[in-house]
Amino acid sequence: MALTLAVETEHLTKRYGELNAVTDLNVTIDEGEIFGLLGPNGAGKTTTLSMLSTLLKPTEGTARVNGYDVISRPADVRRSIGIVFQDPSSDDILTGRENLYLHALMFGVPKNERDQRIDHVLGLVDLRDRQDDIVKKYSGGMRRRLELARGLLHNPRTLFLDEPTLGLDPQTREHIWAYIENLVDSEKVTVIITTHYMEEADRLCNRVAIIDHGKVVALDKPSALKSTVGGDVIRLSVRAPRIDQLKTLDYILSIDQTGSTVRLTVKDASKHLQEILGIVGEADAVEVRTATLNDVFLHYTGREIREESGEGGIFERIARVRSAH
Amino acid sequence: MGELEGFYALWYREIKVFTREKSRIVSSLFTPLLWIVVFGGGLGSAISLGGVNYQVFIFPGILTMTILFSSVFFGLYIVWDKKIDFFKEVLVAPLSRTTIFAGKMVGGSIDALLQGCAMLLFGVLLGINYTVVALAISFVFMFILASALVSLGLIIGSNMESVEGFQLIVSFLVFPMFFFSGALFPIKNLPTYLLVFTALDPVTYALDGLRGTLLGTSQLPVALNLVILACFAAVMVAIGTWSFGRLK
Repeated sequence: MALTLAVETEHLTKRYGELNAVTDLNVTIDEGEIFGLLGPNGAGKTTTLSMLSTLLKPTEGTARVNGYDVISRPADVRRSIGIVFQDPSSDDILTGRENLYLHALMFGVPKNERDQRIDHVLGLVDLRDRQDDIVKKYSGGMRRRLELARGLLHNPRTLFLDEPTLGLDPQTREHIWAYIENLVDSEKVTVIITTHYMEEADRLCNRVAIIDHGKVVALDKPSALKSTVGGDVIRLSVRAPRIDQLKTLDYILSIDQTGSTVRLTVKDASKHLQEILGIVGEADAVEVRTATLNDVFLHYTGREIREESGEGGIFERIARVRSAH
Repeated sequence: MGELEGFYALWYREIKVFTREKSRIVSSLFTPLLWIVVFGGGLGSAISLGGVNYQVFIFPGILTMTILFSSVFFGLYIVWDKKIDFFKEVLVAPLSRTTIFAGKMVGGSIDALLQGCAMLLFGVLLGINYTVVALAISFVFMFILASALVSLGLIIGSNMESVEGFQLIVSFLVFPMFFFSGALFPIKNLPTYLLVFTALDPVTYALDGLRGTLLGTSQLPVALNLVILACFAAVMVAIGTWSFGRLK
């Protein structure tokens, strides 16, 4: 099969009155990729996903998903994609299997394939032994897995995951990542993921687009993005840092100071750490690490992505609490 | 084919929910029963209307009330579905909005109809004799009323962003529709100000039709009631389909 594009956007734009939610987005995503949209809350990730899944009409521009235009052929787009929403969207009064059965009906899975497909996707997410339990009794992680299975039920070519591990504990998050990696291997789907967890984007994605205020500020492989920062990161806690003297050192690429916290980007940090400590003054705490996507975000926007920042209104939070038990 | 299966899926879901949430059914029948037993029984010990005991007289009214409340609430409930992303799963399916609306509407109407049937059973205890024809006509009235009111609920629900407005709708729409319908009094010699509202209330015609069918006393011919009610339902279904078409 010739290499085709899973997603291609052309000047994709969404405006709400004066607010530009997404501005002039031009990206191409290859088939078989895990592509990440990384950015803080409100950056326009979910809006982008909604336009690609034809739930929202673009204000300007268009996009093709699996070869179908989102404006002129929305029904074809919908049939060819699977989507897992940010908040729980399975019916908690129904059993896991009933949820999948409903989805199979709505997405036109042929009658003679239904049972077999449902068994298959339940196996993928290890939920066969809980399939006849009511979803209310599922944990947050199980519910996510069920929704992953549901997204794959009708054999989509592209799977959209909107913040797939939001609100899950770190251990469950690890599990979900492992499931997602498996799915990509076994089901041969393109996966497009939105997240504001750096670690998630770093771990899962082949390529990441960093989005801020509705615009792509950087797009590349996670490793390439990290190398744009140019070095390692040293974080120091110093009461009276001698910033001026640090500025004379040519291996220090950037200096940010917030109160007593100094953040340096340094070439070959381990080699120069001793010298830096000697110059900067008495340090209470020192942290040396390789650059993360968070540093990349900071590099491009001058701000950090705050993890776990509260999002959404009361209903989203209720839904999340409800799904936790 | 695909649309038909989608319609069936939405309908199947409502029936599953209905059979699983037994406490909801019991509680939705409890208030109407209080009306019949306490209000009807209490006032009925003193008065009779239209040649029947007051308790029997208000029975069609309370039957209508059961349908009214459960239908409108069923429709309004999609505000919640929208909030918790459940409805997005339905909206993103490759189904037309007309199908989604029809599935919801028929599912909810059957829901309300089943509750109406449960109420009809209590009518037997009050000594009302049903004929097969009367039961069949009652089902038609109840189903059309339910589809009109579920549509009304869905119209309001699809245009509402939060559940905060619920109480407002109950106070200014649902209760007036119940009180003005003549559920609790005969509409024969009403003062003009009441008559205007009663005539404007679509529930009046369902109730008058049901009272005529079950008890043999009505203000308008049963067939005319049916026509007026059906027109109201058609308008509601049309607006509902349109509302769903522009749902985000």
